[in-house]
Amino acid sequence: MPAKERKLTVARAMAEAMSQEMRIDERVFVMGEDVGPLGGVFGNTRGLFEEFGEERVRDTPISETAFMGAAVGAAADGMRPIVELMFVDFFGVCFDAIYNLMAKNTYFSGGHVNVPAVIMTSTGGGYSDGGQHSQCLYGTFAHLPGMKVVVPSNAFDAKGMMTAAIRDNSPVVYMFHKGLQGMGWLGTEAGATVNVPEEQYTVEIGKAATVSEGEDVTIVSLGMGVHHSLHAAAQLREQGVSAEVVDLRSLVPLDRDHIFNSVKKTGRLVVVDEDYRSYGVSGEIIASVVERDISILRYPPQRVAYPDIPIPFAHHMEQWALPNAEKIVAACLKAIQPDE
Amino acid sequence: MNPTLEQKQWMYRHMLVSRLFEETIEKIYLEGKTPVFNMANGPIPGEMHLSNGQEPCAVGVCAHLNKEDVVTATHRPHHQAIAKGVDLKKMASEIFGKETGLSGGRGGHMHLFDADVNFSCSGIVGQGLGPAVGAALSRKMQNKAGVAVSFFGEGAANQGAFHESLNLAAVWKLPVIFVIEDNAWGISVAKETATAVDRNAVRAAAYDMPGVYVPGNDPDAIFVAAGEAVSRARAGDGPSLLDIETYRLAGHFMGDAEAYRPEGEKEDLLSKDPILVYEKALLASGDLSESDNSDIKERAKREVDEAIEFARESPFSSPESALDHVFA
Repeated sequence: MPAKERKLTVARAMAEAMSQEMRIDERVFVMGEDVGPLGGVFGNTRGLFEEFGEERVRDTPISETAFMGAAVGAAADGMRPIVELMFVDFFGVCFDAIYNLMAKNTYFSGGHVNVPAVIMTSTGGGYSDGGQHSQCLYGTFAHLPGMKVVVPSNAFDAKGMMTAAIRDNSPVVYMFHKGLQGMGWLGTEAGATVNVPEEQYTVEIGKAATVSEGEDVTIVSLGMGVHHSLHAAAQLREQGVSAEVVDLRSLVPLDRDHIFNSVKKTGRLVVVDEDYRSYGVSGEIIASVVERDISILRYPPQRVAYPDIPIPFAHHMEQWALPNAEKIVAACLKAIQPDE
Repeated sequence: MNPTLEQKQWMYRHMLVSRLFEETIEKIYLEGKTPVFNMANGPIPGEMHLSNGQEPCAVGVCAHLNKEDVVTATHRPHHQAIAKGVDLKKMASEIFGKETGLSGGRGGHMHLFDADVNFSCSGIVGQGLGPAVGAALSRKMQNKAGVAVSFFGEGAANQGAFHESLNLAAVWKLPVIFVIEDNAWGISVAKETATAVDRNAVRAAAYDMPGVYVPGNDPDAIFVAAGEAVSRARAGDGPSLLDIETYRLAGHFMGDAEAYRPEGEKEDLLSKDPILVYEKALLASGDLSESDNSDIKERAKREVDEAIEFARESPFSSPESALDHVFA
């Protein structure tokens, strides 16, 4: 057991994972916009430039097409680039290199060429940054085969999954939620800042975690949604309802067994997703249960997801649309009431 | 520096192999596709982009490259692959979609990967520039020998990827050579209706790198210009842009009726077939004897025949093996 507690923000945990791996693996380097002396707009490369210098911590021009393509070429040539796409919303200017090259070259080469790159990118809104700086787009990335997709919800997982991502021989898209980063100006969910071991460790990609055990209903979520779900579970407890919260942690591979086993126990499923509702993560989670055995469900699965609208700027409109604990509580109660 | 006799014969031979390979592929491609042309039929289904006429670009540049140098090529990749030394049997087999192909049939003719000679190509215009910059960055960071070459058409010079990649390569002073094969046509759209400058070479100035225009579709002239660019990259002096005038003797893809070409253009281009022109020049200058010539032709034919036979006789992978190699 850890001798002493040491709480880190997600941003610090990510930076620590990168720096520890860079010390033991010269192939690892970081590039992206403002990752150098600034330390990343979201703080996740702080200290790296000072320790490793401009060769291995490269500020790039605002040329995502070129540097994302360069990450593919460098990874195929034996390096292990970690490349930052500042906001996931920016993927539109460089997605070709991501989904047609990074994600497909291993397949197209019959396994002879690997692309061990990590793309780290920020997700999520809630702070009125408008509809081009607030999206999650989890489903967009997870939909396309050939890249692993992880979404840590706390600093422990953030460090362990970053280390695992860097060591993975497949490309990994590492999506971190801005509201969990620990940047004061973004307003951070306190539950994301947790104890983090100083030594290196990995959190296996493709394994979900039950972060709160319960009997009556399973709430499946990821990223910021996990914290909303935990708050909801606490409120439900006061009402005598025992909710289990599953943190997906990885979207690709998806831990379908873990989800299924939890729902088998509770008989009820509520999926919480800050990404758009239709054609996305929430539908896939529900499908992964019902296509295996629909009889385990005692009530139709419920979704608390972002409506299918661009994200509005105005605070009251955005907050109205976002998932929150109250909506999750209501969905859980709806799923439970018929039996009572 | 001008090519030596040996280099001239190397270029000539590789152009011949490429041409013979494509002429053979062209015939086989049409098997099962007549009288009704259906792209899905025959032993080689799908799109087929032939590089007939553009061989000088590939050999003039690749004559300077070694196995460890990196090439990213295009959707029209056969001449580039052959000049880079991609295994011809495995390449033929991949084009047939066979188990013995470079990737067991998962890639096809637009997605040829040969890690042994650091060759790859891809199907979308302008895709290879960023990866070439990355490979060059990798060599520089690892202090490892080798330069990166990105081949692309004049159409790709209007992609954002072109401008971003040239800028990035220049900012980081990377050992990369950008090679434009200007065949004057983007499918059916003429270059002059799509490109604001007469010659893309001038665009190099915007990125503070040498930009050299090479007219004439002439292997020797391309060899000289490429030699300077490759030497500059090897010396650590940064990237260069080569803008090569070339000709596409076939359509954009097989099945292209080429109705967009002005009358007489095709005949004119065929009369300037760069391989015939080069053969004549080599014979006239004495760089190639008649007997050398027939030896080279025979060898090229044998090489191509063996590759095609290997592909024809190879088995298909099991359909379920389509599930393999999604991840490393």
